[in-house]
Amino acid sequence: MTGTALASINPIKQGRRRRARRHGSVILTLLVLVLAFFVLALSLGQSFTPPGDVLRVLLGESVPGASFTVGQLRLPRALLSILAGLSFGMGGVAFQIMLRNPLASPDIIGISSGASAAAVFSIVLLSLSGPLVSVVAVFAGLGVALCVYGLSSRQGVAGTRLILVGIGVSAMLDSFVAYVLSQAPSWTLQEAMRWLTGSVNGAQLSQVLPLLVMLALCGGLLLSRAKDLEALRLGDDTAAALGVKVTETRIIVIMAAVGMIATATAVTGPIAFVAFLSGPIAARIVRNSGSLLIPSALVGATLVLAGDYVGQFLLPSRYPVGVVTGALGAPYLIYLIVRVNRSGGSL
Amino acid sequence: MNVKPSHSLSVQNVSAGYGDVAVLHDLDLVIPSGKITVIVGANACGKSTLLRAMSRLLAPAKGQVLLDGKAIHRTPPKELARTLGLLPQSPIAPEGITVADLVSRGRHPHQGLFSRWTREDDAAVEAALVATQTMDLAERPVDELSGGQRQRVWIAMALAQQTDILLLDEPTTFLDISHQVEVLDLLTDLNDQRGTTVVMVLHDLNLAARYADHLIAMADGRVHVTGAPDDVLTEQNVRQVFGLDNCIVTDPTSGRPMMLPIGRHRMTRDQHLKEDRA
Ligand SMILES: Nc1ncnc2c1ncn2[C@@H]1O[C@H](COP(=O)(O)OP(=O)(O)OP(=O)(O)O)[C@@H](O)[C@H]1O
Ligand SMILES: [Mg+2]
Repeated sequence: MTGTALASINPIKQGRRRRARRHGSVILTLLVLVLAFFVLALSLGQSFTPPGDVLRVLLGESVPGASFTVGQLRLPRALLSILAGLSFGMGGVAFQIMLRNPLASPDIIGISSGASAAAVFSIVLLSLSGPLVSVVAVFAGLGVALCVYGLSSRQGVAGTRLILVGIGVSAMLDSFVAYVLSQAPSWTLQEAMRWLTGSVNGAQLSQVLPLLVMLALCGGLLLSRAKDLEALRLGDDTAAALGVKVTETRIIVIMAAVGMIATATAVTGPIAFVAFLSGPIAARIVRNSGSLLIPSALVGATLVLAGDYVGQFLLPSRYPVGVVTGALGAPYLIYLIVRVNRSGGSL
Repeated sequence: MNVKPSHSLSVQNVSAGYGDVAVLHDLDLVIPSGKITVIVGANACGKSTLLRAMSRLLAPAKGQVLLDGKAIHRTPPKELARTLGLLPQSPIAPEGITVADLVSRGRHPHQGLFSRWTREDDAAVEAALVATQTMDLAERPVDELSGGQRQRVWIAMALAQQTDILLLDEPTTFLDISHQVEVLDLLTDLNDQRGTTVVMVLHDLNLAARYADHLIAMADGRVHVTGAPDDVLTEQNVRQVFGLDNCIVTDPTSGRPMMLPIGRHRMTRDQHLKEDRA
């Protein structure tokens, strides 16, 4: 027995190293992918801008014919796509891990809709703009989270009930958004689409900074809880037995995830299903080799960047990004509902 | 031999439950340090609830649980988790997680936010895998294991936590009889060699009587009787706690009491009655 003990320290260590390597290379690959889509989005649109020109614009030089397209149109759009994608991806997976259910993502259980409804409400009816809209959206998102949590908790939160309540609340809020939009006849269809399915049309550089700050704050908070979140996947009891402060972790995760998702939603609208899809996609790639937070954030960024690119240039007519990601997410949602119904699956 | 750890764990006047429903009523218990304590009782009498209250998972509505004289609800959770471990009745394995990875999760309370994985962590995981004979399964996904293998992996995770006190909620469910004995032997080894205080819930009264130094029989959220197996496993107690007619004999292999249930059928006495009637 002691003989095997000595010989066997290697498989454990090897397994751990293999997981760490896999986790690292997944993150690296995803980073490269995001970067590739970023470069693509900057250089190839209706017209092609050579990479050299793109670089010069990024460095602040004024390049005739490129400064406007790249600097004013493509760059804000691409940056916003990345930041929103990161926020949706990370916030979404945090919820899915915490509640141990892929259906428990903020865009399914009404938090995105809440933020969107608050944004539309404050823009159309209160005539607010800028960061103030984000603040209202964040509070609305937290409010909805609290509401759904409260309505569904009866002696501990049961996952399924929370999801059903969330879907109901979400539908209610969506119809509220539609109602407010109908009260604002001066709005374009494009603008309405933003609040219904999400879009990065008309992105401006000034929108980038608040999003970045919020992402850094909330993302940092989530990452500092990454180990506790991992432990929560073993069930609340096991996590608590391992020394995780379950309730405290829950509260922090909810606040941070809602914070970043609502901020992003206040700018781009609830880009359909990105929060919902990123985690499961990341989980397939990461395969238990480590925390899903960063991989899922990067998948989110890829989805938004790629979705927006497809919606702008690869379809017969132009669509906002949310239409593309929505078309991608809907079949998966159906698949998941069927599967969860059968086996009560997890992430 | 090295000095064995000694901790005092006691439950003082604890009432606890879920929402408005009280499950435990004014419980008082002292868990003997360095001994094996087994909790028995009918389904839903509150055994799991007691373990949850004893490990900070459930805040008592009244009273307190003291570890070394300090209320556990005022001990920082991570600190507590380095002294007291719990294997819940139905833990959840994330989809696709490997055995070694799962067992490594037991090291969580020993790790800080930025601390790296150390040699001790590896050694603890390895020792846990060896002790539970799951080393061969190390790289297999947990969801592909049999119920019994899985149970041993969960025990390995609790062992990797390396706590001086270990609470286990029905660690032998899903196990065939030889693996049940194996797990109980393993826990006894742990108790012998490291002085680990073991508290577990078992449903098999005979194994409970055999392995326990100290038995606690619960009924309806109260301690019905507690003490040495010889004093606890009596015909009267079994009848009162489980509502079961029974006959206690001495287990020839261990000298401990052994309970034989008496049902309505297949009893020789019963047989006689039927024959008489015929
Ligand atoms: N999470 C919970 N929420 C509400 N009630 C609960 C919860 N867990 C247990 N109960 C109730 O508390 C009572 C005691 O349950 P407990 O799990 O402690 O029983 P037990 O003695 O461990 O039973 P078993 O032998 O079946 O495991 C039961 O009536 C049960 O329905
Ligand atoms: Mg139980």
